[in-house]
Amino acid sequence: MSNIILSARNLTKHYKQRSGPLGIRTTLIKALDDVSLDLKEGTTLAVVGESGSGKSTLARCLLQLLPLDAGDVLFQGKSLADLSGAALREQRRHLQMVFQDPFASLNPRMRVGEIVEEGLLIHRQGTPEERYERVLRMLKRVGLSEADMKKYPHQFSGGQRQRIGIARALVLEPKVVICDEPVSALDVSIQAQILLLLKELQQEMSLSYLFISHDLRVVRHIADEVAVMHQGKLIEQGNVESIYERPTQEYTRNLLQSIPGRRALAA
Amino acid sequence: MNALLKVENLTVTPKNAPEKRLVDNVSFSLEPGKTTCVVGESGSGKSLTALSIMRLLSPQLELAQGRILFQGQDLTTLDNESLRRIRGGRIGMIFQEPMTSLNPVLTIGKQIGETLAVHQGLSGQALKAKVGALLEQVGIPSNRARSYPDELSGGQRQRVMIAMSIACEPAMLIADEPTTALDVTVQAQILKLLDELKTRMNMAMLFITHDFGVVSDIADDVVVMFRGAIVESGPVADVLNRPQHPYTKALLDCVPDIEGKRPLRPIDYAWLDEGVQV
Repeated sequence: MSNIILSARNLTKHYKQRSGPLGIRTTLIKALDDVSLDLKEGTTLAVVGESGSGKSTLARCLLQLLPLDAGDVLFQGKSLADLSGAALREQRRHLQMVFQDPFASLNPRMRVGEIVEEGLLIHRQGTPEERYERVLRMLKRVGLSEADMKKYPHQFSGGQRQRIGIARALVLEPKVVICDEPVSALDVSIQAQILLLLKELQQEMSLSYLFISHDLRVVRHIADEVAVMHQGKLIEQGNVESIYERPTQEYTRNLLQSIPGRRALAA
Repeated sequence: MNALLKVENLTVTPKNAPEKRLVDNVSFSLEPGKTTCVVGESGSGKSLTALSIMRLLSPQLELAQGRILFQGQDLTTLDNESLRRIRGGRIGMIFQEPMTSLNPVLTIGKQIGETLAVHQGLSGQALKAKVGALLEQVGIPSNRARSYPDELSGGQRQRVMIAMSIACEPAMLIADEPTTALDVTVQAQILKLLDELKTRMNMAMLFITHDFGVVSDIADDVVVMFRGAIVESGPVADVLNRPQHPYTKALLDCVPDIEGKRPLRPIDYAWLDEGVQV
């Protein structure tokens, strides 16, 4: 259980931003500043922080969707930074992502069946019949039907679209899924459904989640370990109990005290 | 008893589909110095209720039925000119998006001043002094009056919106998800500020939110809406701790608790449809 499946070593990513009256000065934004973390196999590591803390940049850098300025990402002990082209693609099959906005992350011109199948095509998995079977099985597992395969994303509600996004990520049977705020655009009742679905799928498919969120109530429910980011730095990490009960950093304490409804619901 | 605002049997329908009740026979009242939270999921009609009170419904919708009595005056019968005097005057408003609600090419001082110039006829030094005082009241140094919206953070922009909304010392403040776009630490500050202002100015606050955490922090009374109708209302402690309606109970069961101990239970809508008369 405690095998480390994904590991970030000293990740650094800087952006230059124009500033000043005519944009003549540039300011260096340290989106990721020497960030290291380990994701254990079969567990959920939540990365929490406020907007601008670098958590989404971290997600993109882990998947090599953004080039790193420094540092390395190890997947099952192998460095991803050294890989390119076909070799990187092969590894990416095991690293999938679920995005925040189920309205923006699905191609509106593709049918749901095609969206979910696309990954299988790119990775040249199976015959057309086998692919159809896998897509169908996955869609059924997330709560959709065969008839839904022919529909377009706009025909679905936000929660259903997030199910499609999950099916798309999981049809490749990945080992690691990076979830970037997967429930923050959803109503609480839908949020609860999706969180439960993610937990069930984790068990069934022995997935490891890197779960990016700003919602500390959600994180408490889903995470085994928590990493707190602030201004590009990872300032504190540990298991969920200890971070919530005994935070060592002032910033973490402040964050926890800001959770709305703390007084009433704790009582 | 002492209601500042009384909404009676408010019903909103699309003009081309009068049978579709987006807001369905909604009644509640607001008292000075108290915060009433309207809580519900998307599409429950909470924002439409707020917009109807301000008479700001989009032209495709109409107020099919009901009265809105504000200080004894029925807002549904007023002409545009009278409504304009009340909006931003005796009724203040704050919206969700502090980024889009401000004019990017005017300084924030100018935008706050506009309200005062229009409603109270202030100008020159008197106006400048009042704008400065308002900024200080919402926790922004008065010399920032010359800043443009893009020079401020999201939280500061929402503070500017609050300064504008309270400029004319309204009797009532309508806040539609004012902290939803903000980070939690900033949200906590803004909630505290709104709560202080409400008490100090003895305002009635109508606060629209989808977040039960926010409700428990800020509300005196709660109105729970579902599919356009009110399913339950009452003092915050009663509704949150002893919910009576199955929908309220189910919705509260979906909210992750801070301890992380209570299992999440999604709403079974089929069961609700069968067992619930809304």
